[in-house]
Amino acid sequence: MTKLETVIQPSKFEAVKDALIEIGVEGMTVTEVRGHGRQKGHTEFYRGREYTVDVLPKVKIETVLPDRLVDSAIQAITNAARTGKIGDGKIFLSRIDDAIRIRNDERGETAL
Amino acid sequence: MQLVRRLLPFLFLILLAGSLTAQTAPAPADPAAQIAQLQQQVADAKGSADNAWMLVSSALVLMMTGPGLALFYGGLVRKKNVLATMMQSFAMMALITVLWAIVVYSLCFGSGNSFIGGISHAFLRGVGAQPDPDYSATIPLQTFMIYQLMFAIITPALISGAFAERMKFSAMVLFMGMWSLLVYAPMAHMVWGKGGILNASLGGRFPTLDFAGGTVVHITSGVSALVCATYLGRRLGYPKEPMMPHSVVLSFIGACLLWVGWFGFNAGSALSAGALATSAFVATHFAAATAAIGWAVAEWIRNGKPSALGAISGCVAGLVAITPASGFVGPMPALLIGLVAGVGCYLMVAKVKAAFGYDDSLDAFGVHGAGGTIGALLTGVFATKLINPIFKDAQGNALPSGMIDGNYHQILNQAVGVTIAIVLAVVGTYIILRVVDFAIGVRVPAEQEVQGLDLTQHGEEGYYWEVSLP
Repeated sequence: MTKLETVIQPSKFEAVKDALIEIGVEGMTVTEVRGHGRQKGHTEFYRGREYTVDVLPKVKIETVLPDRLVDSAIQAITNAARTGKIGDGKIFLSRIDDAIRIRNDERGETAL
Repeated sequence: MQLVRRLLPFLFLILLAGSLTAQTAPAPADPAAQIAQLQQQVADAKGSADNAWMLVSSALVLMMTGPGLALFYGGLVRKKNVLATMMQSFAMMALITVLWAIVVYSLCFGSGNSFIGGISHAFLRGVGAQPDPDYSATIPLQTFMIYQLMFAIITPALISGAFAERMKFSAMVLFMGMWSLLVYAPMAHMVWGKGGILNASLGGRFPTLDFAGGTVVHITSGVSALVCATYLGRRLGYPKEPMMPHSVVLSFIGACLLWVGWFGFNAGSALSAGALATSAFVATHFAAATAAIGWAVAEWIRNGKPSALGAISGCVAGLVAITPASGFVGPMPALLIGLVAGVGCYLMVAKVKAAFGYDDSLDAFGVHGAGGTIGALLTGVFATKLINPIFKDAQGNALPSGMIDGNYHQILNQAVGVTIAIVLAVVGTYIILRVVDFAIGVRVPAEQEVQGLDLTQHGEEGYYWEVSLP
């Protein structure tokens, strides 16, 4: 099993979610986060005072997949989230040892 | 019960008969008595109309403090301080009311000397249905009293913008109570009270034109705010750490409520429901409009974008500036006064504050001190007898009001009023701060400031996002 932690532009969330469901991803956990990679922040003015906002709003999607789905999921996400500009986000992959469904103690891929 | 129900129709008939006889009461035969009766009825009708407007105005001015100012200021602080900031305004609605009833009304409007009223009206003695012609001949003195109370509430609440996010609640309460007695009461008496040295309508020595409180409300609160900001010092981390408003949305709602409430503040200051109230209403609205444009456009030019916060701050600045002028100037000068205030206050807040480095957290001085001063001085320029013939000669003919009427001297009178307001605010506020600091300390300890005043002063949080537990 592999966990995909995907950080994307908030505006791309619907497209990415739909693309993942399309290829058969069953579950995901979504959080609104702030952060930045190489993307620079922007400035805001409040009553003449300038503030640099360098952690920007992003959406993080966490989903744990059976290994056979990983490549198509990566393809789906990059297709849906890519604008080609800096700030499109990243996908982090990591191995998952086990998973447990709380409802009925199912384990491993059947719990996903 | 049965008996009452059976008697009800009879009771109703008796009442009906009573009202019919009242309507058909014969008019006095004597024409003179008839005229007197009609005159009385006309006076009663006018009194009722005036009183209705003044009660509505009183409610509008209270609405400016809560929720208006509470939201306006509450949105500008960080979210850990939102309740504490709103409480500072709300506490005034309770605290000042009690002090007002006990003695502050009397100190403001009772007969006294040139500087302070006496205690003849302490505990509101003699404040009842009977009008006091020195203030307003048509509304009950009690209406005048409750209307003026709303001004006494919002004035100290305005100061709280300067010491937001770092003052102890207990110290704030003590400070505001003393400030109401030692700064507000004398200033209100001097400008509006019987015998006051600056009173323009009752023949003061230096008649200062202040229709609705440019000196009494905005200069005193704005200058006191600056004294507070410098005495308490900057917030921890200012200006290095970002301290963005946590919700411009709240501030936006607050500012719009202030705009509406200000009609009660300014047009209500006519103390009647006639043409003067309309004129003040129009001037108020016009100045708010140009000031919003002025601030926003100044920002647009300097930063490339007109911000919502800029537009609403500008509108408040314009409302402040038109306050002393509202009942004396025509619509066109009102447009100009608003524009000057909008741009002027923007420069105060964006340039002057940064240059001097004081932390007037929510710009109480930049908006109310600066806007009030601009307005008070421009009142001396644009006041005209055509709107409000406040100065009269012995025969009752209207004399020139401001510079545009040819009364060049008035600008000096305005300057005297402004100077007295500034000196009183600086000295009074500094002394009160020293006393409060000595007695209980004015500033919260650093660790409490970091945690936020909501939690440390009030034991609650403004926003508690609960995971949906059953």
